[in-house]
Amino acid sequence: MRRYEPILALVLAAAMITAAIMAPWLRFVLTIALAKGIAVVGILLLLRAGQVSFGHALYVAFGAYVVAFLAPRLNDAVLLLAAAAVGAGILGLLIGLFVTRYRQIFFGMLNLAMSMVFYSLLEKLYHITHGSDGIRVEVMPVAGQALDRVAYEWSIFGIALALAFTVGLLVRLYLSSPMGEALAGIKTRETRLEFMGVPARGVLLSAYVMSAMLGGIGGAIIAMTSRHVTPLLAYWTSSGELVFIAILGGAGGVLGPFLGAAAFELVRIYAAASFADAWQLILGSVLLLVILFAPGGLWGMAARLLGKGGTR
Amino acid sequence: MTEVLLQATGLRLAFGGVKAADNIDLGVMKGEFLAIIGPNGAGKTTFINMSTGYLRPNAGEITYEGRRITGMSPRAIVKLGIARSFQLPQLFIEHTVEQNIALAVASRDGIWSPLAPLMRPRYRDEARDLLARFGLSAIADTRADALNEGARKLADIAMAVALKPRLLLMDEPTSGVAASEKMAIVETLVNVLRDAKVTAVFVEHDMDVVERFADRVAVWSQGRIAALGPPDQVLNDPAVLRDVIGIERHA
Repeated sequence: MRRYEPILALVLAAAMITAAIMAPWLRFVLTIALAKGIAVVGILLLLRAGQVSFGHALYVAFGAYVVAFLAPRLNDAVLLLAAAAVGAGILGLLIGLFVTRYRQIFFGMLNLAMSMVFYSLLEKLYHITHGSDGIRVEVMPVAGQALDRVAYEWSIFGIALALAFTVGLLVRLYLSSPMGEALAGIKTRETRLEFMGVPARGVLLSAYVMSAMLGGIGGAIIAMTSRHVTPLLAYWTSSGELVFIAILGGAGGVLGPFLGAAAFELVRIYAAASFADAWQLILGSVLLLVILFAPGGLWGMAARLLGKGGTR
Repeated sequence: MTEVLLQATGLRLAFGGVKAADNIDLGVMKGEFLAIIGPNGAGKTTFINMSTGYLRPNAGEITYEGRRITGMSPRAIVKLGIARSFQLPQLFIEHTVEQNIALAVASRDGIWSPLAPLMRPRYRDEARDLLARFGLSAIADTRADALNEGARKLADIAMAVALKPRLLLMDEPTSGVAASEKMAIVETLVNVLRDAKVTAVFVEHDMDVVERFADRVAVWSQGRIAALGPPDQVLNDPAVLRDVIGIERHA
């Protein structure tokens, strides 16, 4: 199945570009989907180690607020993306030093606690964060080029797509490397790793920092696309959404998060438009159907259709 | 075979009121195969756990090649050249056998290369060579959770050997293995270890295996070494026959 991944990625990218051209309003939806897909790749890394973070929206929100705070001084999308990634990575390292001491439900809930602390700070420190009013993000130059609104939106879409490809490729290589395979070893035989001279906690911490950086990148793209950041980005339902997308897309390959994010955003948009009061019911039903009939998620379904088990 | 590789001196460890190690003094000679026998709960696995850093003794010390290793982490001890296998095989069950071995081979380099593949020629070839020596080539692509007990045991030991240790501690390498395949497995194992010039300590309940493959036997009883010497001497000791082998035969 792995050998079909690049082809499927190109097909998915072509479909996204075509959809964005034919229906310009979808450009916004697909950019957000790509941003969430990048963040969910971070969730996938942790799932590979058998750990679920119920608080990763913390890093998405952090990346978004880095853009909102720094945009007046560092007024360039590329620089702000780099700043969000590095900032989220540093925050991930600090928090990771603590949370990677724990496993399973403790790991998940500590991440949730951290994200809710951050949410509360964003809400309460009104003079700095503007509380629940949030902060508006203006259209900004991209790589030094001042752009009109449409060109800017296309640029952010293009950057999101390019980053999705780059992240997918790098994470794919990482998961096949000794470091990535050791990460998977944490899920099944962590003790063995220690008796092989491999520091399991160090392996998990490095994956955690990477996942935080991916969250930060995703959050920065969301801020640049929606151009308004609020504390809701860090709320626990936002973290749940990331886990939801990870399960929907499937954790067997790096395309899963992007399939899941695209499906999630499209189902949400269409469900909200058609059944304004019941869109959450529809989303929940979709997830239930996936869990019951396609436990490997959309990626697992694709693998089965192509005739390979392919997931681990 | 006169150089002491591992030396335990005055080791004591108690779990509540149970003495798992009660003043253990034992030297493991370079190149030898030392069998540890004794009833369940005598402290055999505890000795392996203390020697590999999993447990820290309450008192006493362990030296390896003259260097004190008491209190060191398992990771630090592995890097000095001591590896272990487990009574319950500790394989990465979602990986194939070949990937398990390759990961152990790669761990010698520190595994910190995040972009080069695990199954690169160097690691893959060494893993395949090791699998061939252990007679496991036919199941190289089998997931570890689909193996029978004998293959799991051998793969578990192969992972330890892949670390290129100078001392290997094996906790009941034949337990759970069908009697019909036990001798063949041990024969394979001993040949590989002798070729690699690995000193071995192994906990064993099968006296036929001990008699045939051990250079010396240490008899554990209630946290103490009750007897130590060549198999023909120790296994004919009336006290050992009564207290250890008799118990084993009726267990």
